[in-house]
Amino acid sequence: MILSRARQSYDGVVLAVPVTVPYQRYSIETAHWWMGKALRALAEGAGVSHRDFDGFSVSSFTMGPDSAIALTQHFGLTPRHLDHVPMGGASGIVSIRRAARAVQACDADIVACVAADTNQVDTFRKTLANFSRFAQDASYPYGAGGPNASFALIARHYMDTFGATREDFGKLCVAQRDNALKNPHALMKKPLTLEQYLSARPIAEPFHLFDCVMPCAGAEAFLVMREETAASLGLPFVRLLSVIERHNAFPGDPVQVRGGWVIDRDELYGMADVKPDDMDFVQTYDDYAVISMMQFEDLGFCAKGEGPDFVRQHTFTIDGSFPHNTSGGQLSVGQAGAAGGHLGITEAMRQLLGVAGGTQVEGAKLGLVSGFGMINYDRGLASAAAILARA
Amino acid sequence: MTEPLPKPNRKNPLVRTRQPLLPPASRSHKAHGLTLAAAAGRFMLQCCGECGQYTYPAREACPNCLSADLPFKDAPTGGVLLSETRIEVTGDPYFREHMPWRTGLVRLDCGPSAVVHLHGDCGGPGSQLSLSLQLDRVGQAVLFARPVSETPDMEDDPQWREMTADPKYRRVLITDGRSPVAVALAIALKKAGAAKVFVGVADRWKPFEEQKALEAIEGVEIVDLDLTSERSIQELAMDIGAKVEILINTADHVRPTHLFNAGAINTAREAMDHTAMGLMRLAQAFGPVMRSRGADGKTGAVAWVNVLSVHGLSNVPQFGVHSAAHAACLSLSQWLRSELRQGGVRVINAFTGPLDTEWFQTVPPPKVAPKVLADAIMDGLKRGLEDIYVGDVAKDIEARLFDNPKAVEREVGQ
Repeated sequence: MILSRARQSYDGVVLAVPVTVPYQRYSIETAHWWMGKALRALAEGAGVSHRDFDGFSVSSFTMGPDSAIALTQHFGLTPRHLDHVPMGGASGIVSIRRAARAVQACDADIVACVAADTNQVDTFRKTLANFSRFAQDASYPYGAGGPNASFALIARHYMDTFGATREDFGKLCVAQRDNALKNPHALMKKPLTLEQYLSARPIAEPFHLFDCVMPCAGAEAFLVMREETAASLGLPFVRLLSVIERHNAFPGDPVQVRGGWVIDRDELYGMADVKPDDMDFVQTYDDYAVISMMQFEDLGFCAKGEGPDFVRQHTFTIDGSFPHNTSGGQLSVGQAGAAGGHLGITEAMRQLLGVAGGTQVEGAKLGLVSGFGMINYDRGLASAAAILARA
Repeated sequence: MTEPLPKPNRKNPLVRTRQPLLPPASRSHKAHGLTLAAAAGRFMLQCCGECGQYTYPAREACPNCLSADLPFKDAPTGGVLLSETRIEVTGDPYFREHMPWRTGLVRLDCGPSAVVHLHGDCGGPGSQLSLSLQLDRVGQAVLFARPVSETPDMEDDPQWREMTADPKYRRVLITDGRSPVAVALAIALKKAGAAKVFVGVADRWKPFEEQKALEAIEGVEIVDLDLTSERSIQELAMDIGAKVEILINTADHVRPTHLFNAGAINTAREAMDHTAMGLMRLAQAFGPVMRSRGADGKTGAVAWVNVLSVHGLSNVPQFGVHSAAHAACLSLSQWLRSELRQGGVRVINAFTGPLDTEWFQTVPPPKVAPKVLADAIMDGLKRGLEDIYVGDVAKDIEARLFDNPKAVEREVGQ
């Protein structure tokens, strides 16, 4: 038996300066250009020089051939905590967890967490063709459908097993589009009706056009620090109450029906001393609506298999009974590569700082952000979640 | 239900011939364990030597016990469909031309889950399936799931046809009509639905026994072809090169001699001229046009078959020159394979033991009957194999070479 102790709290860890570099469908710039924009906005927002960031945590699919160390020279940073978090949609929350421990232990004072990706005309195809060894060996050569095809297999099985319908997925997508119309950064500017969703052209059954995110270029970033640092800089901040990550959970499941959240959710709520019902909003990782539904179940908002019913019983707009992906989520804002995993974090920070503008949920004090990533072969491997609170 | 393949219309000469495109080709080194199995039509997956658990995709360590002892072993071919999709949109140019494309997630009877190409006649989730390893158009191994029992016209499934070289509605050239296997091949090809069979014959004024039999088969056309003459081959290629979708090279030249004989060099030169040089001349004349027609409609160029002696894999002294010539052909075939792969055209080698003919009069049985060889080649074309071992002698040598090539060398002819 391995001796295991309760995790230590994240007391005193805060997040500040949410940054979004407005997305573009295609960009002729590199990921580095987008990172530079994000770093500058972080420095300006914090009122310090970027050279004062003594921690740097970066996520990107398109920064090759550079690694994190090369970026320090590129941007003139001299960090003592340096991290590359290549975990796709989970990388934002994983960055928070690692940065939190670094500032708690005073290994660093301010960690700049940046996710940026470019999207040149052929970037997406190249990323898919070289995604991972298992993908190259055993999924991409099968129709080259990319994540659409892989998640279609998961979605079809979920529908067959738990009775979810395309209308259920559509309800989430339509609500998110409604939210996105209030977010000036969202790439999708037109309203979406359920009829349009249902009659869109098929991509990989059961997925049709509006089930899929649109790849784009963009960056998301924020700072992690101790409360005392934020106070000394006079920065508004949100508190980190708890955070979990888990990778390759349930490897014996023949097809993915759950993520690693199931293993760690009790700890997530326990450390924060809150219940799922206490959340004022939830930002799930919405690469596909079926994955959001899985998160409702696995994060304890309903039981396994009750996701479809949960969707039927709630409304998901900003003023709905369950405010969800208030920015519009990746489905309507766009998926800027790895920044897709940071999108929910910056939006949650704005909600709790009370600066979300048109997407503001009235009186939001407590929110949950979830991350999911890396379809290495037949399933998403990484799952993560954090609970943030108004200071 | 599979839609039967319609008989192709005559080609419109005004329409551009499509350039062949290939599916994604990158694979890890370990994944080529599947290629080895697929080439011979076997179904093998990694199986841990310590804990006995099967694993997939190909790995360097067993995820159950971390043993590095993960050889590829024959595996049960059954599985259950867990989920399926029909891909309509892709960024890959090859698959884009073949949309929609059906794939599924299968729970293999031996344990792992696998993404597979799905035959159109497979039922929905919950169906029992039969798995095989196939070589796709770029020559890489892929998993293919078919229904457990045969369905009507199932070989016409468009995805299955991408994995095979079915002779149906295709035109075939048999390069040497004097070969003892030519008649059997022509009959088998017609039975398999080939649209036309050209049979090359050198010095047609010299009568040969099988001429009548060949002429009696409907759809067979005898053409002038001397494999020792570059000019003869070029002339035929100019005439029918763009009409050959499957080429079967039956050239052979069996003349026993001893290595120390004064005239052995001449025997070898002649054998090489007929076989290795003949193959090279054929490649030069027919290779480029076949490669360029790999995507020429539903019945475009698809395969090049070499009938080789299994002794090309390990020399047998009684037929030393013959063995050496076929070893040279084997090497050339690998070169040809890498060239034709760019057009999605596969090179198949049929390794045969001694045929039951005059030139092998002194060899004791078992020998290979021409019909057996022809049927094995048809089977290889229909299943999309790359290496076919025909007859008991060839199969015996294949197994023994796999086990210990030095032992084969020491024990041969004893």
